Amino acid sequence: MSITSTSPDRRPDLRPTGSGRWADPLFRAIALAAGVSVLLVLGLMIGSTARDAWPVFDYQGFVSFFTSSEWNAGSSRGEFTGVYGAFAFIYGTLISSAIAIAIALPLALAISLYINRIAPKRFRQALSYTVELLAAIPSVVYGLWGLLFFSPVVLQPISRVLIGTFGNVPLIGWLFEGPARNVNYFIAGNVLAIMILPIITAIAREVMAQTPEDQIQAAYGMGATDWEVMRRVIIKRSFPGIVGATMLGLGRALGETIAVAMLIGGQQRWGASLFFSGQSMAGHIASTFQDAAPETVDALIAVGVGLFVITVIVNVLARLLVWRIGRVAGDAAL
Amino acid sequence: MSSTLIQTDRPRVSLREVDAHTRRRRGRSSLARILLSLGMVVAVVPLGLILAEVTRRGLPALDWEFLTQIQPGARRDGGGYVHGIIGSAYMVGFATLVSVPVGILAAIYLTEYGRGWLPRIIRFFTDVMTGVPSVFVGLFIYALLVRGAFGFGAIVGAAGLAVLMLPIIVRSSEEMLKLVPEDQRAASIGLGARKWQTIMRVVLPSAAPGLVTGAMLAVARAAGETAVLLLTALGSLQVVSQLQGTPIASLTLLIYRGARQPFPAGQQRAWAGALLLMLIVLVLTLAARFVTARWGNRR
Repeated sequence: MSITSTSPDRRPDLRPTGSGRWADPLFRAIALAAGVSVLLVLGLMIGSTARDAWPVFDYQGFVSFFTSSEWNAGSSRGEFTGVYGAFAFIYGTLISSAIAIAIALPLALAISLYINRIAPKRFRQALSYTVELLAAIPSVVYGLWGLLFFSPVVLQPISRVLIGTFGNVPLIGWLFEGPARNVNYFIAGNVLAIMILPIITAIAREVMAQTPEDQIQAAYGMGATDWEVMRRVIIKRSFPGIVGATMLGLGRALGETIAVAMLIGGQQRWGASLFFSGQSMAGHIASTFQDAAPETVDALIAVGVGLFVITVIVNVLARLLVWRIGRVAGDAAL
Repeated sequence: MSSTLIQTDRPRVSLREVDAHTRRRRGRSSLARILLSLGMVVAVVPLGLILAEVTRRGLPALDWEFLTQIQPGARRDGGGYVHGIIGSAYMVGFATLVSVPVGILAAIYLTEYGRGWLPRIIRFFTDVMTGVPSVFVGLFIYALLVRGAFGFGAIVGAAGLAVLMLPIIVRSSEEMLKLVPEDQRAASIGLGARKWQTIMRVVLPSAAPGLVTGAMLAVARAAGETAVLLLTALGSLQVVSQLQGTPIASLTLLIYRGARQPFPAGQQRAWAGALLLMLIVLVLTLAARFVTARWGNRR
């Protein structure tokens, strides 16, 4: 009793006084503003492009814009005079991305399994870094290399073999119709596969590494072989993560611009053959933007909005899948 | 008690001897191991091909003249990409100045203040933003800034790069800030520091190497970016020192246009530019890895 009565009440001293007490709320507000700025940028992005694209959808018709394959750029400043059907580019985007996934996914799975289960422990880190270096190479370098080296030296001979082998096979022959020029869907798809390999691998590898060791050992204990453990335990357990990783890769492939613009062909038409020289949505924007009249720029923005919607849907689904598995860190820069 | 032992007529076989089914499974497993190893090799080959080819074709042209001269006409030999180097430095520099502070502050909000639904939304859409096609970011900046009021130029190009860099910095910084031990924050608060003092003087210095890593990766990404600049900086054949109002070149734009020329001289310069760009980007990436590795060992 005596102790409390003799000690003076210190509480007023502890209460913040002076201008310093505003520092914390101020700092919080600044940090909050920075955090919200990300959402703001995304909102502005959607708003400003949708505003410019709307008149084009209005003029051409929403359905016709996405299903017609006739693109005839107008040259007017204030009104719409051209014909804007983006189907040829949508097809180019889809087919090149499909080729990329078809090549990159099996490879990425093989690499992830190899790094996780077969490679000696001390090489694992180095091998992952090596694959991730592929993500560091700028896309314009991929384009240059693909155009002047990879396509003429490596892919053209492969294309000729594919066309020669499958070109006359009934049912699938139309996919392998030649002749193959130096730039076409197949070339773009192959280079895209190299470009998206690191992101699929990075996530698939991390997801696979999360397989509990007990389950693996239990499978071995029951007599499973290495391959059975990989297939029945690791891949089976990591399946949702692998789907998520694939979709992230798909998102990148759909949106990739410069390398595809340089390699896909440049014709504003579409063809069913894998070796047709067509154009993708992103590639078309990049290739024709510079010479486009104002009305056509609006149409290109509309193509961009279509591309954005597709990639965002793919990315949101992918993130939801990957997030469910738990935090997979470190893919932001891939 | 011998009745509990069941006698069978089965011939005694060694446990090491396996039936055909097991042999098949084993064979399949070995085959799978070989195929997976092959897959690893196949994946490393392109990296080797790119590094080798860019070095082989680029190295002869990557000289002092290349770094200090602008390019002559497309058919003519010699000259260089100095206008692109200056343009890239301008735009990446400004983009870094904007996106690094904003990105780190946003990460601070997410780790130090973030509770409830808003941080989750920000985190999710930041992740989504890393997947937005760069050409769309270019269209966005074009629609918002270029066409609106500012025209093509360095500042507008930098704005586009900053939009691309922001999500990378936010997410990598957030991961790094999360690694700072909670004890350090508690100790600082316990000594009477305000929260902002704790963040500025304890948390940030402690996470500094990691934050630098994230920033370097973002800079590497921006330095190699072409699509955004195609729609915002447009490109130029001259050295441009104005910050805004004139189209400006970048290293990547020059490579893009050089590669599509039919003239060997122009292609040669594109290879040299690609080599220079790749060196910059790989040095940044490897340095970032190195910092992370050193820092990770220390903790």
